[in-house]
Amino acid sequence: MAKKKNLKPSEIAAMQEAENAAALAALKKRREKEHQKMLKSKGSNKQVGKSWRSDIGIFLLLFFMGLFMIFPIYLAVVNSIKPIQEVFLMPPKLYAMDPTTDNFRDLFKIANNSWVPFSRNVFNSVFVTVVATVLHVLFASTAAFILSKCRFPGNALLNQVVVIALLFNSTVLYIMQYMVMATLGMINTYSALILPIISTSMGLYLMRQSMTTIPDAMIEAAKVDGAGLMRICWGIVMPNCKPALMTIIIFEFQTAWNTNGGGLVYDEALKTIPVVVQQIAAAGIARQGAIAASAVVLMVPPLLVFVLAQRNVMETMAHAGMKD
Amino acid sequence: MAEAAKKEILLPSERKMSRKEKWDYTTHEMKRNYMCYVMLAPFMIFFIVFTVIPVIMSLPMGFTDFDMASFPRWVGFQNFYTMFMDDDVFIGSIRTTLVFAIFTGPLSYVMSFMLAWLINELHPTLKTLFTLIFYAPSMAGNIYFVWQLIFSGDQYGYLNAFLMELGITTSAMQWLTDGTLVLGCVIIVQLWVSMGAGFLAMRAGFQGIDKSMYEAGAIEGIKNRWQELIYITIPSMGPSLMFAAVMQIVSAFTVDIVGRTLAGFPSTDYKVHTIMTHAFDYGWVRYEMGYASAICFVLFIVMLVCNNLVGKVLGKYID
Repeated sequence: MAKKKNLKPSEIAAMQEAENAAALAALKKRREKEHQKMLKSKGSNKQVGKSWRSDIGIFLLLFFMGLFMIFPIYLAVVNSIKPIQEVFLMPPKLYAMDPTTDNFRDLFKIANNSWVPFSRNVFNSVFVTVVATVLHVLFASTAAFILSKCRFPGNALLNQVVVIALLFNSTVLYIMQYMVMATLGMINTYSALILPIISTSMGLYLMRQSMTTIPDAMIEAAKVDGAGLMRICWGIVMPNCKPALMTIIIFEFQTAWNTNGGGLVYDEALKTIPVVVQQIAAAGIARQGAIAASAVVLMVPPLLVFVLAQRNVMETMAHAGMKD
Repeated sequence: MAEAAKKEILLPSERKMSRKEKWDYTTHEMKRNYMCYVMLAPFMIFFIVFTVIPVIMSLPMGFTDFDMASFPRWVGFQNFYTMFMDDDVFIGSIRTTLVFAIFTGPLSYVMSFMLAWLINELHPTLKTLFTLIFYAPSMAGNIYFVWQLIFSGDQYGYLNAFLMELGITTSAMQWLTDGTLVLGCVIIVQLWVSMGAGFLAMRAGFQGIDKSMYEAGAIEGIKNRWQELIYITIPSMGPSLMFAAVMQIVSAFTVDIVGRTLAGFPSTDYKVHTIMTHAFDYGWVRYEMGYASAICFVLFIVMLVCNNLVGKVLGKYID
């Protein structure tokens, strides 16, 4: 300290900065080391009662149950690559002897021969799915944060309404939705495809449930540091809810991808892929093969999103260690 | 004196207030938290317009006679009287619904929890793989049609061909049209598609648990996986369990479309005729929407009661 007294303020600042940088580097190094150590041990070894024997037991149990789950889907895939003469073979085979892509080609050929080009239907599906998923995830997550972590007049009521709306299911509900849509002049528009998906409360409820596990202390600390609600929501709460976030992305993507407009849309140019595929399958000319092919085609995009989302969860959770 | 001082420091919300005071306090709180409403607005506007308003409009329909062509006519409790007194098919459908509800409700709930837990114990790559396998049936909207090929009543059906090949049966079984077999078959398919939203939410719940809790648990003297499950895992994922329960209640009581697709409509002897199928029958086949929504209303009340019961059971883990 005595030495420092003779120095100019700017030099003191420079020295302190250098000291800080050194300390920071050391800290970083230590963190890295700890992290490496954690990764090496994979965290799981620290849990009790783990043995390779029980792990293999679990794996075998899941494997056999998984066979039961996957078998019908396997059949759908096999049927989609069977030529027509093999579909009606006696006894039926569990594999395709002479696999072909005819079913898929037929499907696209018929789809392209309809009133509007198939590319238009693909665009509709992609557009509706992307817009609905993005908007729902943004809106519902923000609302879920407010509903779970803020106290304000009306909170309890809204929370109740969210659950009750989930439980309510009636044959007249669709008629009432149609009436609301008609009043707003939205029948036969993209809004009729997108808005009903955004306005469901399932994703919101899942996010809300997940956010309640985040300690209030973390939010209070952020408030003290001067963060606004928006900042807390997206900067602090959301990164800690990654698994739930990825799950609602999967749900929403899937719901939006499988939407058929439910009678709110009748224009050919607004129809989505599921509607077109259903029409082709219902035409009844062929076809076990074409139906199976359509099911396979429809399943691929949600599957990709699922795998991507799940991998994202794994990566993020390896880094999250500080919760309280 | 001490009591008076205690009164002074009571929060406004704890004190007894006049209506005027209460109103002022509420508006003050609303003003103070205006940001909350701003952030709620984007979702809530859509939610209220396209979900809440249709639900509110649907609620009184059960008390009317409504054929979708003319304006609903108020008939009071007549629909409910007819339902419980004169409608034998409805009474039968209650039984069917309960059978389905037990399988797709509690049984499937426990099963998805166990599966989610077991999957969680595996290596990360296997985790993704198994989650995918168990969730896959729910991923493709109507993939359950494949079961029609398996249960097909002729020799082309996979199950029949398999059984005859092995010599267990000599002739083809009518899996989906025989009154004694169809219920079992549809239950299997229903279980197969039931690893849906609830299962995935539980997986997310498991993934969200802080790993350091287990280390702390090991130090505190937890000996095996069961203790870990009961003392650490379940309490830390209470909210996900509640979500899964709500999803399971909904899917258990609204079982309908799978049976209708596989066993045909109406099914043999009304064997897989659930309450929801009955509502579909009256609503979309006979256009008696008033009666159909009365049926749905009863189901809704039952679901609300179940939801409250589950909430009470899981309540200690949630707050």
